Amino acid sequence: MTQPAIRVNNLGKRYQIGSRENGYTTFREALVGLLSNPFRRFRELSGSPSEQNAFWALKDVSFDVQPGDVVGIIGRNGAGKSTLLKILSQITEPTEGRVEINGRVASLLEVGTGFHPELTGRENIYLNGAILGMRRAEIRKKFDEIVAFSEVEKFLDTPVKRYSSGMHMRLAFAVAAHLDPEILIIDEVLAVGDATFQKKCLGRIGEVAQGGRTVLFVSHSMQAVTRLCNRGILMSQGTVAASGEIEEIVRAYMSAGEHGPAFRTWLPANAPGGSVARLNSVRVRDESGETIQSADIRRPVGVELEYDVLTGGQRLVPNIHVSNGDGVSLFTVLGWRENSQPRPAGRYRSTAWIPANSLAEGTLTVGVSLSTLDPVAVHFHAPDAVAFEVIDSLDGDSARGPYAGPFPGVVRPVLEWDNESVSQASPIRQRVAA
Amino acid sequence: MTRIIIEPRPGWRMVDWHALWRYRELLGLLVWRDVQIRYKQTVLGALWAVLQPLLTMLVFTLFFGRLGGMSRNVTGDYPLFVFAALLPWQLFSTAVGQAGQSLVAGGNLISKVYFPRLIIPISSVGSAIVDFAVSLIVMLGLMAYCGVSISPHFLTLPLFLAGTILAAIGVGTLLAALVIEYRDFRYVMTFLLQIWMFASPVAYPLSIVPAEYRLLYSLNPMVGMISGFRSALLGEPFAWGCIGVSWLVTLGCLGLGLLYFRRLERRFADIV
Repeated sequence: MTQPAIRVNNLGKRYQIGSRENGYTTFREALVGLLSNPFRRFRELSGSPSEQNAFWALKDVSFDVQPGDVVGIIGRNGAGKSTLLKILSQITEPTEGRVEINGRVASLLEVGTGFHPELTGRENIYLNGAILGMRRAEIRKKFDEIVAFSEVEKFLDTPVKRYSSGMHMRLAFAVAAHLDPEILIIDEVLAVGDATFQKKCLGRIGEVAQGGRTVLFVSHSMQAVTRLCNRGILMSQGTVAASGEIEEIVRAYMSAGEHGPAFRTWLPANAPGGSVARLNSVRVRDESGETIQSADIRRPVGVELEYDVLTGGQRLVPNIHVSNGDGVSLFTVLGWRENSQPRPAGRYRSTAWIPANSLAEGTLTVGVSLSTLDPVAVHFHAPDAVAFEVIDSLDGDSARGPYAGPFPGVVRPVLEWDNESVSQASPIRQRVAA
Repeated sequence: MTRIIIEPRPGWRMVDWHALWRYRELLGLLVWRDVQIRYKQTVLGALWAVLQPLLTMLVFTLFFGRLGGMSRNVTGDYPLFVFAALLPWQLFSTAVGQAGQSLVAGGNLISKVYFPRLIIPISSVGSAIVDFAVSLIVMLGLMAYCGVSISPHFLTLPLFLAGTILAAIGVGTLLAALVIEYRDFRYVMTFLLQIWMFASPVAYPLSIVPAEYRLLYSLNPMVGMISGFRSALLGEPFAWGCIGVSWLVTLGCLGLGLLYFRRLERRFADIV
């Protein structure tokens, strides 16, 4: 049996909250604290901080990563992913437990760390390379490659403050992309830059992964994770909720149900609404009624609103507003029927069904509202109420077909195609459902 | 195969010399970056490294030497006397000032990349040394202009230069760690350096301090270094007693600074 590339054992990280919440204390606070409660201070110094102010960002985390594995770490915000990466990158120290890393490791929590606007592109390549742990000789050897990848040859001797943000990102990623470690740890550095750039970065990470190297990749994008990784770790509330084959882990994350951003509920006191109606909850669901974080691109998705009508007798129209991860509004749907009747007071549930094969991959946010049309009035409005992910599993029967490359567009319908031959002597006409 | 073990290491820690050596190229590049940036946007550029000590020397000569009458206590030219002291003092105060701010300024590096954190304050000291080198050339020019020749004492200069650098690293790393922990020390630092200068024999000679207090006075590490610089450059006799005490305190400061820095280091990324 080979030695694991990374072995994590009972890892824990505790943060003190309270006085340290704003990041730093003043000397005066420390002095006052010392004078007013010397024993508390003493306990802190002797390493046993008061447990009620403690917050465990990570607790009892254990897993092994085998050499050559490409591991996706997923989980929602605050699950401990970033803390885990910071510990693995030696940026912060764990409170307990142990990590063993076998091999040369490089971590990339951000691209362009240490870039200085006054320095030229050339100077920044050397500086950034050194910051990421490359030797000068190594950078010199790869210099031309880095420049070619970045596509900024012409501006190499211009201070980077004159670069467009795109050029800046390309140069920064180019340096990072030429790190040559045995183990690569990457945070969501891809969340920046335009779509083309993100594709290029993903492509490069894919190359690294296929080169037999061990990669640890933290991402919110199920799409990127399913495409790049063979194994997955699902983090939840500072612990490992599941680990295994990536498909299995993504599925586990998708059904993580009521804890994710796809379900939201309000207490009557702070719920959106007024005297006519009040929103109770919103969730994204599948056909079987399960709340889903991630939707298969080939299945319909339901957006379900539950609300209380407080004043009866109105013709109420629920509506949903769907936008993508770039904030582009994709569409708005009104739940209006010619023959809808005024509703008596009570609790109602309305579900809008987004047809299968209509959305593109990525994160979608859904806002909901309830209105009347004559006169026009809005009774509640919850912008960005819920969010979910659309994933394309690349099984060949989605709009992509067998094509796995970049696929632009904010929607992704499957259309009927008419194909006919026009140059043959006796044209045949056939109809193909693509 | 390289193996990295990550686990909590509570308490005091030694300096990891091996890691520092491994990252020496980064140290060099950070020094080079600081020097580049400092003069890149200025009209006079690197000329400032020459002008700054010269102007300070003029101000000191006018106010302390002439108006304050301090030049009567000095054998030889007062401007040279002051400049010889400004060399180590400005090296020290620039280095300590920059090092103290360095961690806060480099917060982004600390929270995104791993490398030995000591590199950051030490590189600030490094860029102050570059300025010092320019000033030293100005000093040699001034000496030639005033007809003061270099004595064999000059050979001892590295001893005092090294002492000044080590003292600056010690105090600089200590302050850097304190500033990141308690932002009050940003203000303390400016104030401290001002007082420190008056508590050091920059504008006045060591001889105006009563002989029985001189060793006590030398607990300020800059006392021995400044008097050593004067002796080495201007050929005056050495005050070895003071120099010895100052060197011991310097080593103490260095140890304390490095160890305190290492102790707090693990928290930097969490509080920066």
